Amino acid sequence: MQPLTDIQRQAVLRIVAEHKSRPGPLIEILHGVQAGLGYVPAGAVPLIAAELNLSRAEVHGVVTFYHFFRDHPVGRHVVRLCRAESCQAMAGGALGEHAKKRLGIDFHETTADGAFTLEPVYCLGNCACSPAMMIDGDLFGRVTAQSFDDIVAARDRPT
Amino acid sequence: MTTDIYVPRDASALSLGAEAVARAIAVEARARRVDVRIVRNGSRGLYWLEPMVEVATPAGRVAYGSVKAADVASLFAANFLSGGAHPLSQGLTEEIPYLKSQQRLTAARVGVIDPTSIADYVASGGYQGLRKALAMTQAEIVQAVLDSGLRGRGGAAFPTGIKWKTVLDQNAAQKYVTCNADEGDSGTFSDRMLMEGDPLTLIEGMTIAGIAVGATQGYIYLRVEYPHAYATLNEALNAARQARYLGPDVMGSGRKFELEVRLGAGAYICGEETSMLESLEGKRGEIRVRPPLPAIKGLFGQPTVVNNVVTLATVPIILDRGSEFYRNFGTGKSRGTLPLQLAGNVRRGGLIERAFGLSLRELLYDYGGGSASGRPIRAVQVGGPLGAYIPASQFDTAIDYEALTAIGALLGHGGVVVFDDTVDMAQMARFAMEFCAIESCGKCTPCRIGSIRGVEVIDRIIAGVERERNLGLLADLCETMLQGSLCGLGGMTPFPVQSILKHFAEDFQASARH
Repeated sequence: MQPLTDIQRQAVLRIVAEHKSRPGPLIEILHGVQAGLGYVPAGAVPLIAAELNLSRAEVHGVVTFYHFFRDHPVGRHVVRLCRAESCQAMAGGALGEHAKKRLGIDFHETTADGAFTLEPVYCLGNCACSPAMMIDGDLFGRVTAQSFDDIVAARDRPT
Repeated sequence: MTTDIYVPRDASALSLGAEAVARAIAVEARARRVDVRIVRNGSRGLYWLEPMVEVATPAGRVAYGSVKAADVASLFAANFLSGGAHPLSQGLTEEIPYLKSQQRLTAARVGVIDPTSIADYVASGGYQGLRKALAMTQAEIVQAVLDSGLRGRGGAAFPTGIKWKTVLDQNAAQKYVTCNADEGDSGTFSDRMLMEGDPLTLIEGMTIAGIAVGATQGYIYLRVEYPHAYATLNEALNAARQARYLGPDVMGSGRKFELEVRLGAGAYICGEETSMLESLEGKRGEIRVRPPLPAIKGLFGQPTVVNNVVTLATVPIILDRGSEFYRNFGTGKSRGTLPLQLAGNVRRGGLIERAFGLSLRELLYDYGGGSASGRPIRAVQVGGPLGAYIPASQFDTAIDYEALTAIGALLGHGGVVVFDDTVDMAQMARFAMEFCAIESCGKCTPCRIGSIRGVEVIDRIIAGVERERNLGLLADLCETMLQGSLCGLGGMTPFPVQSILKHFAEDFQASARH
């Protein structure tokens, strides 16, 4: 297990302190850690466990139960493509194939340049405008192969 | 004179470019030196017209849609600030047939008001329900909800008043009101629309629930896939706290009710109420064995109301207008209205709130205008991923709890996903099992293992391997999951599969031929 850097450690402790006194704080804390560090490093698990007086297994169990939490870094932009029924009814399957081809990766993978991670998602609540996807919290509807390319290209611009 | 222009902040409208439209309107108004106030409302739910811009005129609000940023200059040129004619004009919003024929009770303010403005909310009748509730005894409030006939709109359709009465009857130092906003069913978005378009109605409904059962703390469990709803809810909560509609002294009554939003983390199972409670406690979202019911031992072991967003957001109008008013809508044991959500391959998708009893055909063709692709509609899935697929021969079925149950389907949370005749139903059956495998909490074997075996068996049938034997095996497996699962995920995943075997068996045969 990779030990946390000092900066990471400080960040985790700060987030824990912020939520510790609230009832049932673990998921709130994990959201904070992932928002701050981009993921929940394995090294954060024993630290959070000790602070909350939980076992490491309990914290690890929660991190791994939820699809949203991840224990490894991801790309600079996370593309969440909806794979659920409504989007399937509007050629979401073909859009998924196009996305994989355009990015050159499969679902749950990150491009070699670290720009994009492709994740499946099961419903974004944009079902009247299927197919849908979300990039970095921005929602898009009626996505076509062309608009997918445009959206991705706009994010990929060097800053 | 300042003209009010409405540009939705609803997530779906934003997904189609509403933000760019709002910016373009602001820029163009400045350039033309005209005085406008841009209000970021929710969506009216006419999604094929989004982004739909409305202008307040003396005759009423006039709608333009769907507007792109590039259309804005021509809208100003056509004098749209006075409701001028333009190819995108839809006329008076309230006269658009799709909207005019609806009976909006729960979603009455969605898309109409500024969602986080207490002033707008109160001016449109908001907080009248809570005001009346505060003058009633707890038992009277519960009785009013019971008499209204309101049933849980999350999917289970359990009478809300009975749930509340159970919590009221418990003796406990702490009780809770929780709102299940983990709207995970594909094809549903009414919770999201309410939270983004009229969150104060939900907040008022939860406050009434708290007063009714004696709970001083509420939680909204919101799915992480809804960041826009999260932002709007928190703005509305702050506004309600500042105006003392929430806090230690609700509306000067001396009664306390606090409310906060908690985020989920991408687990469909957390829409199951006991799994949601585990998640709210910060644990893995594994379901609890019932009994005890959450109403008796719920969040942190205390008596807890668990209701869906639409259910709670319907409470204020029941208290305001009375049980009779609400129960006069609907049919049989399905009282009131239901915000239906029309999605998938449909020309005019959106939110349709009507009294129970509308037929599927009216919904799909009168409102929906048929498929988006122009091809025949072959099937609709009603009630999310655990709902049955219904063939065209049954489209005359009425949309109410009992009529759908009678044809082996269910209403669920009111989502209707449309498929045209290019759909491969064998693949949809496979997906039902695959989805269950991905989302199973793992606590019980029929769901955890059964779903994986289900995918494998369906793959063999599709590949034509020992077809008859594997069809028999699949029927057995469905029965085992139905009877042996601890909750609705494993227990209802067979519904879509069995409905496909019953109504679309030819898709398994077609696959077997090649």
